[in-house]
Amino acid sequence: MASMRGKVAIVGAADTRVGTVPGVSATELCVDAILKALDDACISKHQVDGLITCNSMSQPMLYHAEAMAEYLQIFPRYCFAAGAGGGTTFSVLHHAASAIMTGMADTIVIAMADSLRSGLSREQAMMVQSSTGHPQFEQPYGLTVPAYYALVAQAHMAQYGTTAEHFAQVAVACRAHAARNPAAQMRTPITVEDVLASRPIADPLHLLDCSLVSDGGAAIVMTSAERARDFPHTPVYVLGVGEGHSHEHISQAHSLTTSAAVEAGERAYAMAGLGPADMAFAQLYDCFTPTVLVELEDLGFCQKGEGGAFITEAGIGPGGALPVNTHGGLLSHSHPGNPGSMFALTESVWQLRHTAGERQVPNAEAGLLHAQGGIMSSHTTLILGRDGY
Amino acid sequence: MEKIQPVPGPLSEAYFAGCNAGTLLIQACESCAALQFYPRSICTSCNSSSLKWSPSSGRGHVASFTVVRRAISAAYEAPYVVALIKLVEGPQLMSHIVECDPESVSVGAAVTVTFAAWSETQAMPVFTLDEN
Repeated sequence: MASMRGKVAIVGAADTRVGTVPGVSATELCVDAILKALDDACISKHQVDGLITCNSMSQPMLYHAEAMAEYLQIFPRYCFAAGAGGGTTFSVLHHAASAIMTGMADTIVIAMADSLRSGLSREQAMMVQSSTGHPQFEQPYGLTVPAYYALVAQAHMAQYGTTAEHFAQVAVACRAHAARNPAAQMRTPITVEDVLASRPIADPLHLLDCSLVSDGGAAIVMTSAERARDFPHTPVYVLGVGEGHSHEHISQAHSLTTSAAVEAGERAYAMAGLGPADMAFAQLYDCFTPTVLVELEDLGFCQKGEGGAFITEAGIGPGGALPVNTHGGLLSHSHPGNPGSMFALTESVWQLRHTAGERQVPNAEAGLLHAQGGIMSSHTTLILGRDGY
Repeated sequence: MEKIQPVPGPLSEAYFAGCNAGTLLIQACESCAALQFYPRSICTSCNSSSLKWSPSSGRGHVASFTVVRRAISAAYEAPYVVALIKLVEGPQLMSHIVECDPESVSVGAAVTVTFAAWSETQAMPVFTLDEN
């Protein structure tokens, strides 16, 4: 089988406004993201022959991608909406890369947006996300989404001595990155003490350990490496991608403390021929602070069980040994639900184009992105890089 | 306001009836003797569809837990302890730990099943901490 390494590239990337965007539906946010990404790539909508979206929670549709295409009056030959929770973003990029390599489409737009903050009540947003639990054997016990992730956190604390302070440092680091990002929803710096003093949600998680609830969306344009050279911006190449799928419901997880990020990461590193030490930055799925700590370990940035020490000693904030979530992440940039990791993707494109402004990571030649969906269920690792890396 | 209710299907009717009768049932494969939870139409070890219900001892330990401080709805009174219970027979299930100070729960603690009313017609398995 032909390797995907270096065969496809991202040639356009754009975000909508994020945070609280009242009066703009999820559909309109999605369309806005698509048009902005096409502008960034300097192509017309008629040059798009592939479209991938994910469904919206605030405006769910049976055939979401087809509806977006109809709204825009484009007529792709490759079109689908995917659903793997927060892991959807990079998982569909894997599919898109494969579709480009096999000739199913030449120019694919991946676009995702939702209106979780303005399009749903707080209770609705909570209920729709909690419906991830098994309807007969989990949901009756009244778990909120943070409660599901708190089970992972408590298990890690018991097994490895990780503390609530370690988790809090993830929130502090993401906020420090967001302070350098004018687009981020939450930019006021916070301290570990602020996190620990914020409202308890589900032990050990406090309010500031939890991602935001936001409106917003983003889109990227992908094409073959050959065609990418004709676009105006520095192409950002897919060097490696890998997935791991271990369960759907957390009560069926074979391990609470080691996730299928291990397999996803190994597959992506093997394709790229690169390792953790080659990554200038990492964008790690941070729906709740413990996921970042587990992913740092499972993706090989430190030994298993040493995530807390890595965060404390090596550092994941601006200027740290491994800057993590350079845009601010789901914790401080924005979190409109399943589209959340799209912002990690667009941010990585700008970092690798070397156009990330004040928050530019020096010498960013390659970076790692990881997203997971469900409750640590579906994992995709993506390694992106500049030409020649 | 009512708690979230399970809607038993053909595969789980016996399980939920067991809860009402005070028995925690798990599935046992008649071909390879594997035990499993939640109930399925096939054995996940050997694909056999010959499965029978087997009463669990109801004993196990806390694989993990959390104290929910912000309830999902008014039907649940915070704080409440949600836990993943690893049964001595092997399978794992989501449940509550009840009748205890939430601060006294720890990973690894031994627990035993009991049953709590979830509605006028349905009981659900919950667990209590074993003494010592």
